[in-house]
Amino acid sequence: MKLLKSISFILALPVLLILWWVAATLGGASFFVPTPADLGKTFIETWVGERMFTDVLPSVQRLVLGVLGAIVLGVLLGLLVGMNRTARAITEPVFEFFRALPPPVLIPVLMLLVGINDGMKIAVIISGAIWPVLLNTIEGVRAIDPVQNETSRSYGISGLARIRYQVLPSATPTIMAGIRQCLSIGLILMVISEMFASSSGLGFAIVQFQRSFAVPEMWSGIVVLGLIGVIMSFIFQWIERRVLRWYNGLKEVENAV
Amino acid sequence: MLSSQNGTAGGRTLPEGEALLSVRGLKKVYHTDGGDIEAVRDLTFDLGHGELVCLVGPSGSGKTTLLKCIAGLLGATSGEVLLDGQKVTGPPKKMAVVFQEYGRSLFPWLRVADNVELPLKNAGVPKAERKKLVDDALEAVGLSHVPKSYPWQLSGGMQQRVAIARAVAYQPEVLLMDEPFAAVDAQTRADLEDLIRNVWKKLGVTVLFVTHDIDESIYLGQRVIILSSSPTVVQEDILIDLPAERDQLETRSLPRFTELRHHVYAEIQKAKQGHRPEEAKTKFLTNPK
Repeated sequence: MKLLKSISFILALPVLLILWWVAATLGGASFFVPTPADLGKTFIETWVGERMFTDVLPSVQRLVLGVLGAIVLGVLLGLLVGMNRTARAITEPVFEFFRALPPPVLIPVLMLLVGINDGMKIAVIISGAIWPVLLNTIEGVRAIDPVQNETSRSYGISGLARIRYQVLPSATPTIMAGIRQCLSIGLILMVISEMFASSSGLGFAIVQFQRSFAVPEMWSGIVVLGLIGVIMSFIFQWIERRVLRWYNGLKEVENAV
Repeated sequence: MLSSQNGTAGGRTLPEGEALLSVRGLKKVYHTDGGDIEAVRDLTFDLGHGELVCLVGPSGSGKTTLLKCIAGLLGATSGEVLLDGQKVTGPPKKMAVVFQEYGRSLFPWLRVADNVELPLKNAGVPKAERKKLVDDALEAVGLSHVPKSYPWQLSGGMQQRVAIARAVAYQPEVLLMDEPFAAVDAQTRADLEDLIRNVWKKLGVTVLFVTHDIDESIYLGQRVIILSSSPTVVQEDILIDLPAERDQLETRSLPRFTELRHHVYAEIQKAKQGHRPEEAKTKFLTNPK
């Protein structure tokens, strides 16, 4: 019953929007906006089949690698910098500079440095998506409670054990907030990285459809992107609920007092 | 009022080799942008094996600073702390600290039993032994029914019990407690005081208990060390000659309890007004800063 309710909550608005769209396109679709039926047909024709393997899966693979790379590098670097006051003071202005650079401008540079290949596209995703993770990890590590630190010290918990048992868990809520941003930036950069000098991928395909006036196909590509975003977000929320169970409970108790 | 052999100005010291914990001429000065702050001037006292000693002092008398120096969490400006004859330079393995801020000292991402187990796991204690130590410690503090709860699901008093269990499971020789019951309500506090007496008797651990509560210090301690106001010296070191079997109602209504309470209270009032023991005063006059 509870499950049914939450499913109906998830589906209510999409169903309404599709109904509205059906109603709006009843009198005959415009060239630029296909009817839902057309779009559904095109969607299946376009993406279920060869393109799934030549465009969608390679894109998703690069996205996953890029995002995971950004998370791992961001957390590692963030721990290193965050735990050292001097390192923080030295790196913070530089990080602000790089963070301010819009990652797409790095594409031509990375094309020269890395070459026109998957590595370049993954590098673009990492170069843009790493910042929220890195900066949030630094912040999360910096804000650790001094009493927790003294507790660790007095019980001889130091070095890697301290990172594993105290620093990392304590910074997790902040890090997860960074990862959430990292995912959406990653999706954007996946598309953009495929718009330059590319011959496959979702971004490439959508641009290709635009240029050849294949309007329903173009729309269906956008739908694919939206669906990838939704799936990513669900997976993230599922993981977050598990990882931050203690934190959400703690907040609930604190708010109740 | 108080018989003369009960109290001594300055801290008691034991013959060499007999003390478990020795504090010698401890001084701590904080260097801040606004100038130096002398929190602790000159403290000397000993704790024998298995003693339960309370430290009381007016607020701001550097009690926490002293405790952190003893725990090896803060370096002393001069003087030294010796544990079993060894100079303390960092947190020693044979010591455990119970902090006042239990909510911040327990790790909220770990369940109760995991919090208690973590220091043992980190020290490489084998799993079976770890489990026994954790179970025994939780049993000793009366929390064997909530090992799977998170600390924040428990009341304040229970959380401090978890922190005590964690310290006890670590099997320290010296248990340092920094105003551990300052943040719990009066009834819970009485229970926790009795709990500490029980744990101390059962385990034979040496306890240094810091508090600002005069009644608590007399009720708990075999000895009470009264600190002066800052910059801190030992104002007086008194033996608490109450029966070893203490009871919240009985002990607290003994005439002797009242006498001791009066005495400590008067000393603290004197401390607050800037009175210093003779020895320290001369030191202060001959060694002006």
